[in-house]
Amino acid sequence: MIKHTAFALLLLTVPVLAQANAGGDTAGSSANTTARPVTGEQVYVQVCQGCHMADAKGGVGAGRIPALAKNSNLEDPSYPVSMIVQGRGAMPPLTDLLNPAQIAAVATYVRTHFGNNYKKPVKEADVKAIMGQ
Amino acid sequence: MQTHTTRRQLLTAIGMMGGTAALYQAMTTMGHAAETQFAGPPNLSGARTGASVLVLGAGLGGMLAAYELSKAGYKVRILEYQNRAGGRNWSLYGGDTYTELGGATQKVGFAPGHYLNPGPWRIPHHHRTLLHYCKSFGVSLEPFIQFNHNAFVHNEHAFGGKPVHFREAAADFEGNVAELLNKAIDQKALDAELTTEDKDKLKEALRGWGMLDADMKYKTNLLSSEHRGYERTPGGGVNGAPIPSEVFKFRDVIDVQVWKNMAFFMNHEMQTTMFQPVGGMGMIGKAFAKQVGGMLTYNAKVTKIMQDKAGVTVSYTDTATGKATEAKADYCVCAIPLGVLNQIENNLSGPKKSAIAAVPYGNQVKIGLQMARRFWETDDYIYGGHSFTSQDIALVSYPNYKLFEDGPGVLLGAFANGAGAFRLAGMTPEQRIEAALAQGAVFHPKTYRKEFQTGASVAWSRVPWTMGCCARWNEETRKQHYQTLVALEDRTVLVGEHASYVGCWMEGALLSSLDAITRLHKRALEA
Repeated sequence: MIKHTAFALLLLTVPVLAQANAGGDTAGSSANTTARPVTGEQVYVQVCQGCHMADAKGGVGAGRIPALAKNSNLEDPSYPVSMIVQGRGAMPPLTDLLNPAQIAAVATYVRTHFGNNYKKPVKEADVKAIMGQ
Repeated sequence: MQTHTTRRQLLTAIGMMGGTAALYQAMTTMGHAAETQFAGPPNLSGARTGASVLVLGAGLGGMLAAYELSKAGYKVRILEYQNRAGGRNWSLYGGDTYTELGGATQKVGFAPGHYLNPGPWRIPHHHRTLLHYCKSFGVSLEPFIQFNHNAFVHNEHAFGGKPVHFREAAADFEGNVAELLNKAIDQKALDAELTTEDKDKLKEALRGWGMLDADMKYKTNLLSSEHRGYERTPGGGVNGAPIPSEVFKFRDVIDVQVWKNMAFFMNHEMQTTMFQPVGGMGMIGKAFAKQVGGMLTYNAKVTKIMQDKAGVTVSYTDTATGKATEAKADYCVCAIPLGVLNQIENNLSGPKKSAIAAVPYGNQVKIGLQMARRFWETDDYIYGGHSFTSQDIALVSYPNYKLFEDGPGVLLGAFANGAGAFRLAGMTPEQRIEAALAQGAVFHPKTYRKEFQTGASVAWSRVPWTMGCCARWNEETRKQHYQTLVALEDRTVLVGEHASYVGCWMEGALLSSLDAITRLHKRALEA
């Protein structure tokens, strides 16, 4: 758990990135009115799956979308949460799309599915701590 | 005879003395020509004999760099991951096959001459760099119908969830705003801001602009119908007299979808006139590729970029044969999208690496739907333009080519972003088509499913060679990383829409390219 605490502390000092401007050529429609996902599975299917795939195995082309299936990085619960909160490389921060409860739900979901078996649930408070709230 | 110099004479003189750049500077100062930073093709010449450049990525930015640098005398080679040049400038036609990350493969079944532009699809009239090279390289352009008053606006939470014509909603919005503003003037709420003369002028403007009646009211009558359309339009003979249409409830009219769509068309980049290439956006990439054809190596997956005092060494793997190779050159123009570049081993500086890692990419999804007949034209009198919706698909856009033909037409059945795009991207291609049909049917309930023949979709988050649509900067990342990202570092410079303030547009890639190679050439001459 030392690793976990150190990582969380480090993240606390990093400001969450401001919401990115969409910019460029966009559809020009108003905010989407479709009902938001609630459960971890719903969040995974409606958000994460768009890149990480239905089987969570990611994909390889000119670059690589990492697999979440059988991913030992997920042992540290702050790892998936920080990825969702901060993004990495092409992956955007998703805090403009997901609230702490949704992030906690989906982090718990990926840590307990796709060949991952890290049973301790991620709590909303853990997410808020990493977001510096 | 006038003795003072006219503005034209002055500009001509400046142009002759200082060239186009000085002319541009002067014109901008005088309040003209602020629509573009393009000052003509770069004047590069006198490259050292044998000097070489390796261009990574055959998108428009990379190919323009290759074209101009080779014209200047450099020995240029381009490495491209795909077996096709053009990058995000791309059209899908019948007979094409596309495999996304995750392995889902689509065989495109559009009729001959029809297409989906998965990436760029419209060109603003002020994107002068792109328009210049389209003309130079023989790309035929035709109008892109951007603004259509007769297309629809739809929000599940307004107008009882029913689509309304943009024309009706926009007219009612403006009419009501005019009436309210006039009321504020009459109630002396604006006395501090306006003189009596100003108030009279503004009232006159509100009456004329807002279609207010003699009592300064916006109402159901022939005046408001002149903007919003009629219940029965003016005709001939016995029933020639028009019947006015009923204005909407104000609470519906102030719905976010209405003003967002009105404001959308006011954006500099969305203003008419807009253009598209005849035959699909991909025609531009093809025309660029023709100019640099001999320099291209396809199926080259870059795995390492290393520079030192002697030059640049790029390792790549032939994706067809698996063979690993090295390419060397004096300089490198790297036009690889940042998300991909971020995963390629390199010895660029720490700050440069941080900049490359700092910019996430958008997740747009586009879906093309071929309909057996052009019912939006024959049944709804919609010719081009967009119907907007608050559903995941965000819009349905109507084709700007083959108008009035009896045969099929390919609609843009989705241009999703954000939450909607993630949802569509996570689906199989078949599920995406189903979702697009279910949602798009809100505009054309009787025909949408009935006339559907075949479809294709591209979710940019799953595009194997970009892993995203385009760079999403924000104020913070711009401030922290932009100058570092675009700076020439030793022998390597980055090029692309991500290295511009015209992000997510082809123009940005081209302007970035011209700026980068101008600096690279200067560095090369100083070396």
